[in-house]
Amino acid sequence: MTWRIVPAGDSAVLLEFDERIDVRINERVVRIARSIEAAGLVAIRDIVPTYRSVAVYFDPLRTDYRALTELLEQEGSQGGDARSGVGRIDEAAVRIPVCYGGDFGPDLGAVAEYAGLSEAEVIARHTAPRYRVFMMGFLPGFTYLGIVDSSIAMGRRPTPRVRVPAGSVGIAGAQSGIYPLDTPGGWQLVGRTPLAMFDLRRRDPFLLKPGDAVQFYAIDAAEYARAIARS
Amino acid sequence: MAVAHVVRSGLQTTIQDRGRWGLQSRGVSTAGPMDPVSHRIANALVGNDPGAATLEIALAGPEIEFDDERLAAVSGAQFALTVDGRVKAMNTPFLVSAGSVLRFGARSAGTRAYLAIAGGIDVPQVLGSRSTHLLSRMGGMGGRALAAGDRLPLGPASGTPRHMIEHPGIPALPPPGSEVSVRVVPGPHRERFSDAALDDLQSAAYAIRTDSDRMGFRLQGPRLGRDGSPEMISDATPLGAVQVPASGDPVLLMADRQTTGGYPIIAIAISADIGVAGQLAPGDRIRFEVCTMQEAMAALIRVEQALMALEAAAGS
Repeated sequence: MTWRIVPAGDSAVLLEFDERIDVRINERVVRIARSIEAAGLVAIRDIVPTYRSVAVYFDPLRTDYRALTELLEQEGSQGGDARSGVGRIDEAAVRIPVCYGGDFGPDLGAVAEYAGLSEAEVIARHTAPRYRVFMMGFLPGFTYLGIVDSSIAMGRRPTPRVRVPAGSVGIAGAQSGIYPLDTPGGWQLVGRTPLAMFDLRRRDPFLLKPGDAVQFYAIDAAEYARAIARS
Repeated sequence: MAVAHVVRSGLQTTIQDRGRWGLQSRGVSTAGPMDPVSHRIANALVGNDPGAATLEIALAGPEIEFDDERLAAVSGAQFALTVDGRVKAMNTPFLVSAGSVLRFGARSAGTRAYLAIAGGIDVPQVLGSRSTHLLSRMGGMGGRALAAGDRLPLGPASGTPRHMIEHPGIPALPPPGSEVSVRVVPGPHRERFSDAALDDLQSAAYAIRTDSDRMGFRLQGPRLGRDGSPEMISDATPLGAVQVPASGDPVLLMADRQTTGGYPIIAIAISADIGVAGQLAPGDRIRFEVCTMQEAMAALIRVEQALMALEAAAGS
């Protein structure tokens, strides 16, 4: 795994690995992000793992830049397990119930046609894999999940919808995602979950974080309605 | 608890503190003031901590009625200010009392002004910040711009400055339609661009397009050549990043930018010039100028020293 450290402006620095969507690279990136956080350097403003890089935002007038780059070099050159016991990646998958198709998944038919499969087969292939949260972005709690079965990995809609309801589960190529809020969006919507990806009433408002494992499972409309009533 | 009343809201008035940092890994945008320097000046003038929430006022200003006596100050874009019909100066603290009405008149320079009220705007924090992020409807006044009838809770005005700062020598903003220079350092994705791209970026001024907003300025000017590689895998997007989609028309990312994006970044505005960029609006032009990291740091130190001197002089 090759890597490099490159500044991103005068108050951020990136530790970058090879540019590809790769579980092993992302595992290192997520572990490194947690490790940098645990190091507790002064005046770090934010740490953002992405698919294959870690961005560290800092106050250039207060952070010891040399200490920061030395830490990043250590993390880059070692296996990523520089400190034992730091940031053990959770193994249990978060199970996400999804009511597929119909009004909840207006693009399920399009994905089935794209794949040359029945809708039931699409659902089976969407629920089969154990997905990884590669990164979060776009909205609070929006997760980029991978890797979608290539047979159903349909690309984004050419024109986004003006409004995608919160809880909608979508596909965009090799990525799957869940909309945390009502917003415009261009992903292919295959179903909806009654779970809130982001809820300020919870002690941890975010259901998911980078590196988590996710498993979708199908529920019917009645179960969806019961889950919504309980929430 | 003391409140101030929003009689008229202005065009786009939002509550902003220093921003919501620390949760970009969860997709939470930082928001915060478009012109962080003017935000900090306004707070210093009324004796607030630099992190206190102010009103960011864009283009056309609000009408605010006060319930009690406290200091207020406006920095940033140049507005004609009156309190109960009496003219007040920009960048100078003034006293309001119960029943006072502050009105914003015509704007003559800059785009965004910051109204700081002693005690700070005391809306509840969301995820550690009072800043408003409009797309995700988070923070400030219920995640939206102010509306007539809103009540602004105010914190206790304990930080009254010992010295009233008058005319602290803050440089004037250029008039609308000006060409404004913003320094940048080369970005992390230079290999995705043609060899000429960084020169082209500096070759002429860019117009700010009308579809610009707090997320970023969409620019019209010299198109930048990409190297023909496919879209990048999403990367983190720093404040001030100049990202370039396939069209070649750059976008300068600002306060409400998303946390990640798949467009390569050719350059990044220096921290010292973010506030300068934050005063731009459609009709203005921006001229990029590449500088070294050392020059970027020297500029930031100068800005920070001036702000610290102001805060010290105000006794806050």
